[in-house]
Amino acid sequence: MSTKTRRGSFSPPHASSSPEGRERRLNNPRKSRRRLRSLSGRDKLVVAALLGIPLLADLVFVWFPALASIALSFTRWNGIGDFSTIEAYGVQNYKIATTIDPQFWPAVEHNAIWLGVFVCFATPLGMLFAVIIDRNIKGSRIYQSVLFLPVMLSLALIGIIWELIYSPNYGLINTLIGHNHDYNLINWLGDPKLNLWAVLVEASWRQAGYVMVLYLAGLKAFDPSLREAALMDGANPWQTFTRVVFPVLKPINIVILVITVIESLRAYDLVYINSHGPVLPGLELLSILVTQNIVGEQTRIGYGSALGVVLLIISLVPITIFLVQNFRREEVR
Amino acid sequence: MAAPGFPTSRRSVLKGLATLGAVALPGFAAACSSGGDSGSSSSGGGNSVTFGSNYSDSAPKQAFADLTAAATSSTGVSIKVNTTDHNTFQNNINSYLQGTPDDLFTWFAGYRMQFFAQQGLIAPLDDVWGKIGSNFNTASQGLSKGLDGHYYLVPIYNYPWVVFYNKSTFTQKGYTVPTTWDEYINLAKKMKSDGLIPFAFADKDGWPALGTFDIINMRVNGYEYHMNLMAHKVPWTDSKVTDVFNQWAELLPYCQSGATGRIWQDAAKTLENKQAGMMFQGTNQVAAQYVTDGKDLADLDFFPFPAINPTYGQDFMDAPTDGFCIAKKAKNTTAAKKVLEYIGTADAEATFLKSDQWDVAIANNANVPTYNEVQKKSVQVISACKSVAQFMDRDTDPGFASNVMIPAIQKFIDNPNAGNIKSLQSSIEAQAKTIFLS
Repeated sequence: MSTKTRRGSFSPPHASSSPEGRERRLNNPRKSRRRLRSLSGRDKLVVAALLGIPLLADLVFVWFPALASIALSFTRWNGIGDFSTIEAYGVQNYKIATTIDPQFWPAVEHNAIWLGVFVCFATPLGMLFAVIIDRNIKGSRIYQSVLFLPVMLSLALIGIIWELIYSPNYGLINTLIGHNHDYNLINWLGDPKLNLWAVLVEASWRQAGYVMVLYLAGLKAFDPSLREAALMDGANPWQTFTRVVFPVLKPINIVILVITVIESLRAYDLVYINSHGPVLPGLELLSILVTQNIVGEQTRIGYGSALGVVLLIISLVPITIFLVQNFRREEVR
Repeated sequence: MAAPGFPTSRRSVLKGLATLGAVALPGFAAACSSGGDSGSSSSGGGNSVTFGSNYSDSAPKQAFADLTAAATSSTGVSIKVNTTDHNTFQNNINSYLQGTPDDLFTWFAGYRMQFFAQQGLIAPLDDVWGKIGSNFNTASQGLSKGLDGHYYLVPIYNYPWVVFYNKSTFTQKGYTVPTTWDEYINLAKKMKSDGLIPFAFADKDGWPALGTFDIINMRVNGYEYHMNLMAHKVPWTDSKVTDVFNQWAELLPYCQSGATGRIWQDAAKTLENKQAGMMFQGTNQVAAQYVTDGKDLADLDFFPFPAINPTYGQDFMDAPTDGFCIAKKAKNTTAAKKVLEYIGTADAEATFLKSDQWDVAIANNANVPTYNEVQKKSVQVISACKSVAQFMDRDTDPGFASNVMIPAIQKFIDNPNAGNIKSLQSSIEAQAKTIFLS
């Protein structure tokens, strides 16, 4: 009971901000209507251009490719010749993916594992780093730089660095632990039971740093008086974090969650680099399969598009949840 | 947010944008109008051509520059070379040939060329071959033809896939070159007991192990069966394919472990360092790697893959051939053909091979004074073959080779037991049925 009231007393920053917001929103329509009436012909042209160009860009670069992929996914085409060479193929591409292609289900599974590891491990780790560094421990700036360093490297470069570290005969790890002989070699990137986890270490190495920086920015903006108040009320550090800091940082938590989901669905670079050619068994991801079928000498545009549509549908789930949540909150307010 | 106080007025920003648009739009429009014959290009007409090249590594790039310079001085046609990284070049070939290709481009013999010829993207070269035909033997002539019997390619070099070893290792330990499967396995056993890795082996790149499949298939089932399998005229579930995998499984215990995590350059290094006894790959890779790493090329030697089935002996091997084609959309076909008439001569090949220490000429009576031992022997072993295949990714649908066969063979290497072989074969066949349709 007492915690509830205490939490209530911590919410004022939120509560006080909302009336202002409402006022602003109420003012806006009236003002803009007045402005619209006084627009000259030229201004209207400008407005049309300003709205039209982004709309056109949106249609051309987002909606057209998405709809074209969906349409192409029901066809068979090798990408050579004009559109008359495209044959209708029904749902055959989807049938092939789910029943014949031995790489499809592993790819779905690996995408799910990737998401799981990011949500359950990499992101919480980054938050932990942020909280620890935020306590201004000795040398926190050095830790901060070290942990942030991977974020400044491109994913392709991270892949190359780790490929060298994991290399079986000449790699850092196998050499250090003496497992670089033919009889005791550890095949980090080739062994299908091991390689996904090895690549996830690379991915988490970067993701944790990324989340740390975002979360650190949130913590720096955190009102210290709230923490003091919690201290006065006798909360221990864990309670302070879980009941005060974490709830107050809700906006940044949502941003981090969205980034985590996006990063795990668009995972591609590390696997591409570490496979060094067609994707290695054990590392299949949907994004890789899409490009392997669409880019190359002999392309299967229809089949690649079908895989792209599957990825689109999977991506729509978290996006929809996020948007619904966001709009619902707006309405409630 | 901070807009009200911002010094730049809305109008000036818009004006800026408008100018930007005016500058960018024509460029955009020009980029869109691809393939127009009227498009002003650097090749122009008359006596100059453009040459799209995937010889992007420094050594072949140099050899290629020598070749084009010689072609210019011999034919009077000026050549502008556009080099693209070979991976990118191959991945984009489809849109490249349909867009605004160079007049001439570097390509490969085999189905890989025939497919694009069939799609009408490569120009026929029958008139060029009318002049250069006598420079080549029938095997090379056959390799340069499309499925319709017309010529589409002028070859420049090829190289054999063979078993490499260091002479010093063989002399020191008293090994002899095996010619049969039993001798081969016994040698591997002996090497293992001597503390050597019998076969340096890598397949992270995916394609190297395709060569092992090719050679074992040709040794066990012969050339004709191999080519029928590549064209999917024989199902992959055939018991003769099982024989190939079983034969290969006998060899795997003697191959370097962890192959799927190793790039072939690292495998070549184990041979260079004499930790490994043998390695099966192309001279274009192993010999080239010896040169790159500054190792002693004179110590490197090779023998053709041992015989398995006495019916076929050592009659066949993979000897991939590279060459040049003219794009159907070329702007200056006349001059491009003149260049190819020069390239299809023994002289031109010798010029190319001056700075190339691992490939060999194809033309009859090519006199290449710069040949080293490896190259001399390459010529010998290739001409001793009754037929040469190109390589799996050149003899079959390249998409099938890279998206179906490479992962299947990597899975086989990871787990070569009989049950897995069976399930891989039926999976390959099911996928082949969706790719080889008409």
